[in-house]
Amino acid sequence: MTTSVAMHMSDGLLNSPTTLLFIGVAVVGVGFAAVRARADLDDRTAPMAGLVAAFVFATQMLNFPVLAGVSGHLLGGALAAILVGPWVGALCVSIVLVVQALVFSDGGLSAIGANITNMALIGTAAGFLVALGLKRFAARGRAGLVAVAFVAALVNTVVASLGFVLEFAIGGDAAFDLGTVAATILGVHVLIGIGEGVITALTVGAVAAVRPDLVYLLRGTQKPLELRGKAAA
Amino acid sequence: MGAGHAHLLHRPGDTAVHRLPAQVKVVAALAVVLCVVSTPRGEFAAFGLYLLLLACVWALARVPPGWLAKRALIEAPFVVLAVVLPFTAGGPTVGLLGLRLSETGLLAGWNILAKGTLGVLVSLTLSATTSPRDLLVGLQRLRVPALVITIATLMLRYLEVISAEAARMRVARICRGHDPRFLWQAGATARAVGTLFIRSYERGERVHLAMVSRGWTGTMPDAGRAAAPRTWLAGLVPAVGAALVLGTTLWG
Repeated sequence: MTTSVAMHMSDGLLNSPTTLLFIGVAVVGVGFAAVRARADLDDRTAPMAGLVAAFVFATQMLNFPVLAGVSGHLLGGALAAILVGPWVGALCVSIVLVVQALVFSDGGLSAIGANITNMALIGTAAGFLVALGLKRFAARGRAGLVAVAFVAALVNTVVASLGFVLEFAIGGDAAFDLGTVAATILGVHVLIGIGEGVITALTVGAVAAVRPDLVYLLRGTQKPLELRGKAAA
Repeated sequence: MGAGHAHLLHRPGDTAVHRLPAQVKVVAALAVVLCVVSTPRGEFAAFGLYLLLLACVWALARVPPGWLAKRALIEAPFVVLAVVLPFTAGGPTVGLLGLRLSETGLLAGWNILAKGTLGVLVSLTLSATTSPRDLLVGLQRLRVPALVITIATLMLRYLEVISAEAARMRVARICRGHDPRFLWQAGATARAVGTLFIRSYERGERVHLAMVSRGWTGTMPDAGRAAAPRTWLAGLVPAVGAALVLGTTLWG
């Protein structure tokens, strides 16, 4: 028997000025991501991003075992960033979060800005920057790519949880000891991040084995086809 | 599929709440939640009034409270936080049933529990009385950029297809003896996720070509209609009620 839990922040954790502040941050961030996503996909943006968002949504329904009896589900930020790029990735994860809040009541309506900021903006950006920094290793071969994807997903999860700690420091309840909150949240998310990292790494490996051209991170690293011999003349 | 989002929360109906344009409902829900979040934690009566206000909306929309209570359990992880707090926070303590509990911790726990529960009840009321399609039309009327609406529309439309594909792959794995218990046995699941991505992406390419061949111009037609000022007034009654409650607690 596995249990599923909502991973998104609910209402009441942050005070109202902070929720409004992060709704503003989310609107600006998603707007910027939308503009850059259009540059990546041009007129294909809508259908491609729509299907990638449906994919992210579907992977969040897919449980994987963490320990006996405990199962987690993928958050998908780093996975989306590595496969379709940071802009389309951030846009898709944001839209998934909005639909989850409005249609599926997962995550508080007032916390939606903070949830988007953490999971879609900060997390995806951190994951992608790590992957970009380690691109040299990723381009070397399958093992390198898988290792980079693991690290990126782990960092993505941990940094996204740091976003929560930051928001809590700004507008959380003073009754909490911030050090305890940070330690608990970080501890839990390192564990979640390891699971996320393993699944992300294996998934990226599986995609790269079949359609390496679809992996955004590997763009520009493939050698052009070289024709040798007399037939070319 | 154990987790979360497989079941739509929408309960079709034909009440005044159902018929209200979605943009009005989204604004009203957000306003009520912001009022709830802004209420000082010690104002216990105010939280009761919010619940009463919601109960009136449920009666009007004919949503049974039991149905709501069952779905509100999604909030459970945060309730754990609220229960742990009275034991961990410092400050003056009170005795309750033979336990020494921190007073500030109790209040902070109550704060999260009350606001989180009211928040999820407001969200559930919105989801139960508005179809996903209408919600997106409502967002469109609220001037959310067309690109975001189009992506969200296509996502919702293909969600069933992609989920069904994921479910078929899972059944196929189980048929072949797949029974993972530990993280290091997750390889088959991950390869299935990879395959699912490739199939989704390639389906996206086909969907794009199909749309272009049917005259896709880059924007979706606006399916909604503007709400009349009177509809706005009627729809915002709960929000005004919540604002009055908040106002009396702040200045009363």
